Amino acid sequence: MELIRWLADIDRRIIFLVIAVAVVLPLIFPLGMRVKVTPQTESIYDEVENLPAGSNVLVSFDYDPAAAPEVHPMALAFLRHCFAKKHKVIIMALWPVGAQLAVSAMAEVGKEYDLEYGRDYVNLGYKPGGDIVIKSLGVSFREVFPKDMAGEPTTGLAIMAKVRNLKDIDLVMDLSAGDPGIPGWVRVANALYQRKVAAGCTAVSAPQFFPYLQTGQLVGLLGGLKGAAEYESVIAHADKASRRMDAQSIAHLVIIVFIIFANVSYFILRRQREEKREGPRTGPAASA
Amino acid sequence: MRREIPMIVAFVAGVIIILEFFVPALRDVAVQIQKWYLVVVAFAILVGAFNLLRMNYLKVRNRRADWPYSVILIIGLFTMAVAGIGWGIEEGTVFDWLFNYLYFPMSSTVFALLAFFVASAAYRAFRARTVDATLLLAAAIVVMLGQVPIGSAWVPPWWPDSLVFLTPDWLKDRIMNIFNTAGQRAILIGASLGVVSTSLRILLGIERSYLGEE
Repeated sequence: MELIRWLADIDRRIIFLVIAVAVVLPLIFPLGMRVKVTPQTESIYDEVENLPAGSNVLVSFDYDPAAAPEVHPMALAFLRHCFAKKHKVIIMALWPVGAQLAVSAMAEVGKEYDLEYGRDYVNLGYKPGGDIVIKSLGVSFREVFPKDMAGEPTTGLAIMAKVRNLKDIDLVMDLSAGDPGIPGWVRVANALYQRKVAAGCTAVSAPQFFPYLQTGQLVGLLGGLKGAAEYESVIAHADKASRRMDAQSIAHLVIIVFIIFANVSYFILRRQREEKREGPRTGPAASA
Repeated sequence: MRREIPMIVAFVAGVIIILEFFVPALRDVAVQIQKWYLVVVAFAILVGAFNLLRMNYLKVRNRRADWPYSVILIIGLFTMAVAGIGWGIEEGTVFDWLFNYLYFPMSSTVFALLAFFVASAAYRAFRARTVDATLLLAAAIVVMLGQVPIGSAWVPPWWPDSLVFLTPDWLKDRIMNIFNTAGQRAILIGASLGVVSTSLRILLGIERSYLGEE
């Protein structure tokens, strides 16, 4: 009974310690568990695969470093796929630090391909305004982004010569951690300008975008680290997300075990309290 | 007039943007209003930065609770602004270095702490006290297992198709695609109706909280 009481009132520092061990050990000693690819990831992969080489893909970095451990691996995997298929990538951000995260992503991915800035990709930087920015892109990219992130006029960039407005974009990929983000791209780029929109987001926000998947307003959705690991799996380029999935697996398992322990101790103690309250049984059955 | 002019601006701009969907002749005016909006938003960010600076400066000057954090905020604000304006924000600049090696890891670390608090909170609060709580608990465990590879790792390749409904993957897909989607759609429709009604209240001048009124 002492053990049950101890479990019911366990010091939270012990929980923190167990979680830390559960996260760190699989990172040091990977288990190499295979990730099952979901249809919503496959559909994004197929969409990029089926676009003819040289298609214009718009990638919006609408997240911050807080969400980066989950969303950044998606960005890396998606950019790798686009560049491997020789698509033109136009990068922008509706979040202030999104453009800087795109710089980090390109610093990592750019080395792996023979890319030229302004011809194969461009970073247009951050523009505040959420939905209105997207709506304005439906009219003109140059008016919204007269200069790129480095301050160079976009009129001089070869990649922008064929991109007047959203109608010249073949696929939008929104990597988002909140608002402005996926609903805005669905509302404006998809509903108003009939562009294909794919998205990636944190695991905690993914469930709210499932209605958009069912209606076809999103061609696919990468949810959390698992979504990123799935995309790494389909492009056959295991990276950060695949390595971190082992840690997430064990952490989930540990939390489930904690929940089960907590409930078992709760029910045993509750029964004990009820028995105490009712007192010793009396009457013919008890005396017999 | 301090109230009337913003209300008139909100009404005229809002009505033009709505009518643009039905009257193509208004498109150019609507596009112009959108451009003005982007300029106003850019200035709003500047106003926000000045306000942040002012609030934290006053906190330091009056030695209010936790004022040393405000000193760090002010130093951080000026450091990043000087680095960005002075040497640019492209790859390899001082700003990029500060962003990648200070801001990025610190921000990620704070968010990562959530995992520890979620585990602790789940341990203390996630109890099967009622039928509703039990259903929530069961759904959470199934989704947590189905969301990671270990959830399907125990299912052997020879597992019969007739028993597929016992695997966390299958159950998670059903919970997410049916129950979750239905609930989320209801929330979405409700929230959208709320947005429409609030927008109408703002356009008609009934809702004035954006002007600083109660």
